[in-house]
Order: sequence, then structure tokens, then C-alpha cells
Amino acid sequence: MTSTLAPARPAPAAPAARPSSDAEITVTSARKVFGSGDKAVVALEDVTATIPAGQFVCLLGPSGCGKSTLLNAIAGFSPLSEGQIRIGTRPVTEPGPDRGMVFQEYALFPWMTVEQNIRFGLDIKGVRRAEAEATVARIAATLGLSDFRARFPKDLSGGMRQRVAIARILALDPPVMLMDEPFGALDALTRRTLQDELLRIWAEYRKTIVFVTHSIEEAIYLADRILVMTYRPGRLKRDITVSLPRPRDSASAEFNALKRELGGLVMEEQQRYTKAEMSGTAVD
Amino acid sequence: MAARLSTLRGALLPIGLLIVWELASRAGLFSAVVLPPPSAVAVRWFNSLVPALPYDPASQSYLSWMLSGELPHDAVASLGRVLAGFAIGAGLALPVGLLMGTSDRLYALTNPLLQILRPIPPIAYIPLAIVWFGLGNPPALFLIALGTFFPVLVNTIAGVRQVDSIYIRAARNLGANPWTLFRRVILPAASPFVLAGMRIGIGTAFIVVIVAEMIAVSDGLGYRILEAREYMWSDKIIGGMLTIGVLGLLIDSAMSRLNDHLLRWHRGLER
Repeated sequence: MTSTLAPARPAPAAPAARPSSDAEITVTSARKVFGSGDKAVVALEDVTATIPAGQFVCLLGPSGCGKSTLLNAIAGFSPLSEGQIRIGTRPVTEPGPDRGMVFQEYALFPWMTVEQNIRFGLDIKGVRRAEAEATVARIAATLGLSDFRARFPKDLSGGMRQRVAIARILALDPPVMLMDEPFGALDALTRRTLQDELLRIWAEYRKTIVFVTHSIEEAIYLADRILVMTYRPGRLKRDITVSLPRPRDSASAEFNALKRELGGLVMEEQQRYTKAEMSGTAVD
Repeated sequence: MAARLSTLRGALLPIGLLIVWELASRAGLFSAVVLPPPSAVAVRWFNSLVPALPYDPASQSYLSWMLSGELPHDAVASLGRVLAGFAIGAGLALPVGLLMGTSDRLYALTNPLLQILRPIPPIAYIPLAIVWFGLGNPPALFLIALGTFFPVLVNTIAGVRQVDSIYIRAARNLGANPWTLFRRVILPAASPFVLAGMRIGIGTAFIVVIVAEMIAVSDGLGYRILEAREYMWSDKIIGGMLTIGVLGLLIDSAMSRLNDHLLRWHRGLER
């Protein structure tokens, strides 16, 4: 299925669509250990990578490969045991609105309306009322949420909730977007629709995107570059550039050749995970 | 139609009971002191509801005249005590609960004390309340505030401690500082628990006010039914009890509607 079904929505008055220089992510010798002593689990080991500004990168691997750990470290939620992560030239020390995070569980604030959720970051930043309202209106239109601004999250479907979550971080115009299996809980069709929306937004705003997934097809469909990770300790197993032109045809021969190659790599790690699981040593 | 039918069915038993009760009383099955007929209760109740004196525009407003009957006066006095005591109790419990819920150290320090004090019923404080505050409104308000304090406190602590960490992560990711996090995330996330605690608290306050009025003050619904006992006015006692029941129901349903409105975002309230 090719996705020429770009939804007809008003083009937003987008900010200059050029990746900013402070959007490059540098991970140097990252190591992360959970627990200590006998129970210590090495989640990340010697991960070094540079993600240039504006690149769409997928972290791919089975459960327990440290892909979410790496994402959380970039987000600043959980500091590394060793090594360093920098955004542009600044080292990551704590969470910040320059690295907007989209969670699989949406994490919308249920007591706020869609509009209030999107505005939350702008309020914190101290953006003036009129300006904040204009931004919210523009972003809501970009994501097709204009008619839902007064709704509460409980009244929205999973797909709509994830649109709000994306809108919420997009309102802050962060150079980097971090996405932790954002479409994992959605049905296949909604998932494809949102993947296309995300690609459209990425093309328009040129964010650096780090996208965690365990779906090989999703990674090939979306990414410029796929980092395959190993099962515990999480290392970089393979760094693959995807040069297929967009929109990508998941039925094409090239797509499937790549899928086969990646499938082999991921399954090796999946087998190690299964083995650990069977022997009772898998912790996730 | 179906709703009206079920209301009708629900009314069947109380009406039937009233009829049996009335007939049994009139037949002289038991004396009017033990169990007066419902008609006597109704007459007595109505007489205490209406103003005792004729309307005098020179000395009072129409509203205050309307409320000058014994029963309205007592109801207003009791309600006023409930609200004042509730405001004091909840007003103290809320900040303390928020602090105890937020700070693990403070929680560890104070929770054992809380667990010791909490099971003591407010009623058990009556002797001490009189020693401390004498008679009148102060001991009554103290007891009502106490009855409100613990349910609100315990629920507030639980509410803060159960806030899903994903909201906190999301808010920090969006740049929230600790104060914003507290005010715009932890507080609303805890509010379903806090409001549930307030609903329990105001229910307790209503129980305690009746008891407190029997002890310390000389008006209010609790005082009035105890006073009626001195004269063996069982019809007045029963009328007072029913008034207390209706008032309690009104307070609880008002609280419940307020909760529904404040928590309209909450999943649990979908219908």
C-alpha cells in the first residue's frame, strides 16, 4: 500500500523548515546499569552514535534490548551510568521541552481538554495568551483536531489521543522529538494513517526524530536510518541507512529485501531474549 | 415511563408501612408515647415548620420571617455548624495531606501517629472537647472538624501517592517546574480521591453535629430531639429524625453532583 493519501488539511504557517544546529544528538560511550551487585542488569553497553539534525532514526530490537532505556536517557528521565549524551553542544542532565516525548500510553492529562493539553507547555513557557491561542489553533489544525479542542481525552479514540500527544509537543516546536512505540497500541489502519501524518509533519517541520519500535515494517516505512540493538546488554548491532524514496511501498521488492535482512537480525536477538525468558533470567 | 413506574414501585413499601403504622396506632396497639401515629408526626412537624408569629414588615424581612419557625431555625443552625466545622477540618486536612503525600520523609515521620489517632471516633473526644472548650459552639465545631479531618486527610494522602508517574514524566518533559507540577498535575490527578474523602468527611460531620448538639448547645436538630425526649414528645422526636435524614440526603446528593461536575473529565464517571 502506498500512502498517497495525504489528508487534505490546511497547510500550517510553518516555522522555517530547516533543521536547527542544536538538533543533533550525540551519544558517547553510553552505559546504563540498573540495580547493583548480583541483581545488576546492564541495559546499555558502549553505545556511541551521532544522529544529525533533521534525521528520522528508528531504534529497533526485541524487548530488553535497551531501546527505551536509550530513549529515556536522551529525554533526561534516567541518567546514564557512564558516558554522555549531548543535544547540539549541551549535555543532557534533565528532561526539557527541547526534546518532546510521545509515550505509547499517550500520557495526556485527563483533567484537561484537548486545547488545554496542547497549551500546557506554552503556559509553562510563559507565552502570551493571544500568541498561545494562535499556536494551539494552528497545531490543532495541522493534526486535524480543530473540532475536538473542547473534548476531554476520555472521549477520544486511541488514534486521536496520540494526535493530541503529538500536538502537545509540536506546540513547543522542539528541535528533537522522541517517540516511544507511539503507535504500538493502535489498530493497523489507524497506525498507518498516523505514520503518514508523522512523515508529513516531519517533512514540514524537519525535526530530529528518534522513534522506538519493535516493528520491522514500521521502521522501514518511516526511518532514514535504523539502529538495530542487541538483547542485553543493549549494544548497537547494525546501523542501516534506508534510502528508499518516500512514500514507501511496503509491497515493493526493495522494501521486502530490507525486511528480510532486518528480520534475520532482529530474530537473532529475539531468540536470545526468548532463551533468557525461558531460563527465567529475563527482566524487562 | 419505565422510570416513573419504578419510582412508583419504590414508593409502595414506605406508603404501605405508613398506612399499617397509622392503623395500628389508631387501633391503640401501642401508646402515643411509644409510637405516635404518622398523622400526629406530620401535624407536629408542620407546626414547627411555619412561623410562630404573624409577619411584621417593620421588624424583619419576609425571608427571615419564613425561616423564623423552630424547625427552619434549627436546620439552619445545624447546617451552619456542619459547614463551618467541615471548612475547618477539610481546610486543615488538605494542606497536611498534600504535604504528607508529597514528601516520603514527612510521611514516614507522621503516618504512625496518624494511624494511632485515626481509629478514635470523634464522639470519644466529647469529654476532652468540653474540658478544653467548655460549652457552646467551640466544642461542637471542634468535634465536627475532627470528624471531617481524618477522612479528608487519609484520602488526600492516598490521592497524591497514587498519581501515575507517567503524568509527572510528561509534565517534566514539557518543562514543568516543581510548583507547576504540583499545582497543575499532582493536585488535579489526586482530586478524585480528595473529593471522595470530602464526601465521606461531610457525611461524618453530619453525624457528629447531631451528637455535638445533644451535648453542648441549645439549638439545632440534635438539641431539639433530645429536648423533645424530656417531654416525651415522641411525635416531635420522629419528625426531627426524619428532617435529619432528609437534610443528610440533600447534603450528600449536593456533594455528589458537585463531584460529578468537577470530575467530568474522569473515566469512572462515564455513563
